[in-house]
Amino acid sequence: MPEAQVKMHVRRAGDYASIIDVEGELTAFAEAVLMDAYNQASDGQARAIILNFEDLEYMNSSGIGLLVTLLIRINREKQRLLTYGLSEHYRSIFQITRLDDAIAIHDSEQEAVRAANSA
Amino acid sequence: MTEQTPQEEPMEKREPRDAAYWASYAETLKVTGVAEGATNINVEGRRAVGPLQGFGKLWQKTYRVGLKGAEATPAEVIKTWKENYQEFWPEGNRFYAPLAGIAPGEVALISGSMPGGVKLSTGVMVLYADDESFSLMTPEGHPFSGWITFSSFEEEGTTIAQAQVLMRANDPLYEMGLRMGGHKMENEMWRQTLENVATHFGVEEPVETNIVCVDPKLQWSQYRNIWHNAGIRSAIYMMTAPFRSRGKGSER
Repeated sequence: MPEAQVKMHVRRAGDYASIIDVEGELTAFAEAVLMDAYNQASDGQARAIILNFEDLEYMNSSGIGLLVTLLIRINREKQRLLTYGLSEHYRSIFQITRLDDAIAIHDSEQEAVRAANSA
Repeated sequence: MTEQTPQEEPMEKREPRDAAYWASYAETLKVTGVAEGATNINVEGRRAVGPLQGFGKLWQKTYRVGLKGAEATPAEVIKTWKENYQEFWPEGNRFYAPLAGIAPGEVALISGSMPGGVKLSTGVMVLYADDESFSLMTPEGHPFSGWITFSSFEEEGTTIAQAQVLMRANDPLYEMGLRMGGHKMENEMWRQTLENVATHFGVEEPVETNIVCVDPKLQWSQYRNIWHNAGIRSAIYMMTAPFRSRGKGSER
């Protein structure tokens, strides 16, 4: 399989949240990178995982499928999944695929972190 | 005269690279042109549903075949698959391709076989389509809620053809059906499809199947999906056909 054209960086945001910065392409080939990042992000006491899509350059339907499986994993761990930095285009994709029914979309990092740490 | 600092031109918003490959958002599905023999009773006006909106367990099923020895590139495989989608389906099911072909946002009607001789009328929306993959998303009432992605890629010098389904049964009745042989039928259908794709390229290789239960939980909050059940509605439509034609006759 071709190599994943994506980088993910994990950082803490407050006591109970971790942010995963997604940079590049979200396709089927990003699965291992995303799951590694999630394992790092949920280390310790993270109750919420925030995906930062400001540097998302490309996403196909397999990428959306990855987000579904990540969401199920997060729900199983009784965590919450939030996002910010989605462009209009990617917001519309969340709407078409109805991911916005289950993943909270925020306008900024500040807003997402506040929401993540408030519950 | 005061010196003016030239105003910076606002940065031109670049269109994302994948923009042309995705369907545009629409609240409900709209069928443009119903092919002869197709029935549009369970698609028009329905919402498209994903793996999060269904009722049953969430499954990820992957069917793939290596096209060993075939010269075809991934793009050629997907082009052929889009153009011959119906021909690759096993007998008994009919896919009425949209007039514009498999392109983002287009809606296709489907007629499938159900036990008792009932013809299941349903459809799919093309959610995504690029040169090396395309995905179909189901409407409310379809046996499953989710999407199927057909893709092709190179792996160790061989072109792979793959179909991956991410789905939940749409309602309790379909979930029961899947457990009572429906999964087996579905697996066989996709295995046969992949085999047909391989045969088209002159390849005889076994189809590999990988099935993972991603979420074993039932989503009871979605039990009301049964209201849209296309199987029930198709059966009622068939049973009432004589009355409809009699009604039409008396109008003349």
